[in-house]
Amino acid sequence: MAMQVKLSGVKADYQLGPIRSPLVLNGVDLTLSSGSLTAVVGHTGAGKSSLLKMLNGLLLPTEGEVQVGDATIKPNHSKKALKEIRKKVGMVFQFPESQLFAETVEKDISFGPLNFGFSRDEVLKRAYEAAMQVGIDPEGGMMEKSPFTLSGGQKRRVAIAGILAMDPDILVLDEPGAGLDPAGKKEILTLIQSWHKTRNLTTILVTHDMEDVVRYADNVVVMEKGKVVMHDTVYNVFADVEKLAEWHLDLPDARRLQLKIEHETGKQLPGVCLTPEELADALIEVGLV
Amino acid sequence: MNKLILGRYFPGESVLHYMDPRAKLLAGFIFIFIVFLASNWQTLALLTSFTFFVMCLSGVSFKVYLRGVRPLIWLILFTVFLQVLFRSGGTVYFDWGPITISHNGIINGVYIFFRFVLIIFFTTVITLTTKPIELTDGIYFLLSPLEKLKVPVDEIALMLSISLRFIPNLLDETQKVMDAQRARGTEFGEGSLLKQMKTLVPIFLPLYESSLNRAEDMANVMEVRGYQSGLTRSNFRRLTWHTKDTLALVTMALLTLGLLLLQ
Amino acid sequence: MGTPILQVENLSFQYDKRTAHTLSNVSFTAQQGEWLGIVGNNGSGKSTLAKLLVGLLQPEEGQIHINGMKVNQENIWKVRSKIGLVFQNPDNQFIGTTVEDDVAFGLENLNMPYEDMKARVDEALSLVGMTDFRYYDPSNLSGGQKQRVAIAGILALKPSILILDEAFVMLDPKSRRELLATLKKLKQDENITIISITHDMNEAVDADRIIVLKAGKIVNSGTPSEVFHEEQELEPPFAEQLRRLLQERNAKVPPEFMTEQELVRWLCK
Repeated sequence: MAMQVKLSGVKADYQLGPIRSPLVLNGVDLTLSSGSLTAVVGHTGAGKSSLLKMLNGLLLPTEGEVQVGDATIKPNHSKKALKEIRKKVGMVFQFPESQLFAETVEKDISFGPLNFGFSRDEVLKRAYEAAMQVGIDPEGGMMEKSPFTLSGGQKRRVAIAGILAMDPDILVLDEPGAGLDPAGKKEILTLIQSWHKTRNLTTILVTHDMEDVVRYADNVVVMEKGKVVMHDTVYNVFADVEKLAEWHLDLPDARRLQLKIEHETGKQLPGVCLTPEELADALIEVGLV
Repeated sequence: MNKLILGRYFPGESVLHYMDPRAKLLAGFIFIFIVFLASNWQTLALLTSFTFFVMCLSGVSFKVYLRGVRPLIWLILFTVFLQVLFRSGGTVYFDWGPITISHNGIINGVYIFFRFVLIIFFTTVITLTTKPIELTDGIYFLLSPLEKLKVPVDEIALMLSISLRFIPNLLDETQKVMDAQRARGTEFGEGSLLKQMKTLVPIFLPLYESSLNRAEDMANVMEVRGYQSGLTRSNFRRLTWHTKDTLALVTMALLTLGLLLLQ
Repeated sequence: MGTPILQVENLSFQYDKRTAHTLSNVSFTAQQGEWLGIVGNNGSGKSTLAKLLVGLLQPEEGQIHINGMKVNQENIWKVRSKIGLVFQNPDNQFIGTTVEDDVAFGLENLNMPYEDMKARVDEALSLVGMTDFRYYDPSNLSGGQKQRVAIAGILALKPSILILDEAFVMLDPKSRRELLATLKKLKQDENITIISITHDMNEAVDADRIIVLKAGKIVNSGTPSEVFHEEQELEPPFAEQLRRLLQERNAKVPPEFMTEQELVRWLCK
């Protein structure tokens, strides 16, 4: 079941040790519609990670409120009620393999669902489903292996399966492809996209890579200095080249090359090209090749 | 963890911040010894006003110092309590078996209390105004005579400085792993002691694993950049001794003299 | 072409006798001032190769010569003064508490006098454009800045060869571009030999020559245009992807590999 996410006037501070970063979120208003796959972009320190943490109560607002489905997170929220929200919101951190700890893959994948009070049988069923989904064959003896003996790419899959097995309604991912080679990255993101579709989730994906935005997301949130400065479809966001330059954001390769070609040849190409296919078609259409 | 002030550095621009760490460390050692010379009202007053003066010099608010004492207050009161109860002499106010509360006991308790607090304040001044790495350099220099006794002072100093360098990373990582496990439904600080202990496993194992990886990486990096243990190494970080450092030690000597005279 | 600065002959290595070879019979050379890209996916043996080159691992068979010196236990420390390695994780290779301390680490190991160290640190920091950050501690630097400090730490030792082992992987796009620019400048101004181990083809395309590793074997080598033309499996740089798509659509594009510059220039005609 999909759920809507809505932030209204959210402000937040962040404290780690003696260092306090004031207003990591400075008045965020944002509505993510049920069933959408939204990419969140912005340069380092713009507030992307804080936004993610806000969605499952790892960071509480100092002002404003966050609505997740029919639950609302407010300042001074009680701990008990947060667990209900965390059950609905699955969170895949950057380099999630650093959260693996159990003796076996099966136990690690089951850790989340067990904490949320599902029955043993139910948990086992989900763990196997999730493992299959991330391309780990449960029949191949993988479930009994120690996660620490796996390769980097496999660890990443197990960690993601651990979140999928919680069967969340909202899936939040921070750079799930970071550090993987191109093939591994493509596989992970494709499987996340297919899970998003079949389970009808509301998914939020933080990424630095504009190719990911083009390939997987249907709309984009741009963050800058703790605020959401743009929220639109992928097409419209990359159409506004001046704004993106102002925020020091990259363009997808196709769009960047399109502008370069337009500049060098003096010919306008039709529309906004986001993929190499679109760019190739556009070049043929205007007769440049 | 966040409340412990002793051993934490506060960036600042005061005269104390720019002093040589060796001078500060030496002053600290001297202070710990001369605290025991404070055995009457006059000496105590002198030492207290001196400490007060140094705290003002540091430019750090008094609240910070008071917060530094707070975690240790029970230890201090316990020691004071023992002094009061078991020390005898002078007028007896209360007597019950081995327990007596006497005039001398109370006086002694007050002294002990002041000595404790003064030591904490003074050492806090040093750590608040000195970067941990400068403290390491200072300790390294002061201990370097021990190299003649085959103590690997150089390696200990390098080890210390590398550990200091990675504390922020470790804190960051702990926070990250805790967040990740919270998102998977772990509740910290809830339920029975056994339950709480269990929640630590999903934190410590990943941290242990990542620390091992980090250590391996670091060992490789150090080796590739030419580090071998037992090597004679030069030191890029310089310590510079200024007039104000000499002045500080002269002040400490005068203070000692004053205390001896007033005793 | 003179004697190669790096000569690798019939190199083989395995971590465990029971498993397959991580590297088998790898041979190649690199010339002074050349930029050599070594590409391959995870598990192709790239990182093992890097560790062998700097003597962190010993080959089972074969040998490595650097500057005519054989890499072995006797002269490993001499070799290491000629070759530097930048690792993947920017955090784990920052040893010093400040930027300049970190750059000086290798010099301290040589027991170099302070004045000489200072001169070398100043020079190395300016080469990577980090002079303004010399008193910073690592927590205030971006990943790309940390990698540039790591490079400065190596440059301070005046090496002939700089190896980068997936040094770009953990960086955001902006940091990547900065690091790449630094490397190009170093190659041009200092004539340093760069060996860049990577799975990012947009990075490899800047190399003079590419070696493709697959399951521990060299399966192809040559200029980027030759390699991307022959190895259809490798994900090519973007301009080449576009050229291939145009070709599929029966557009009249040249039949061989093109860099972005070449493609744009061709379109202008």
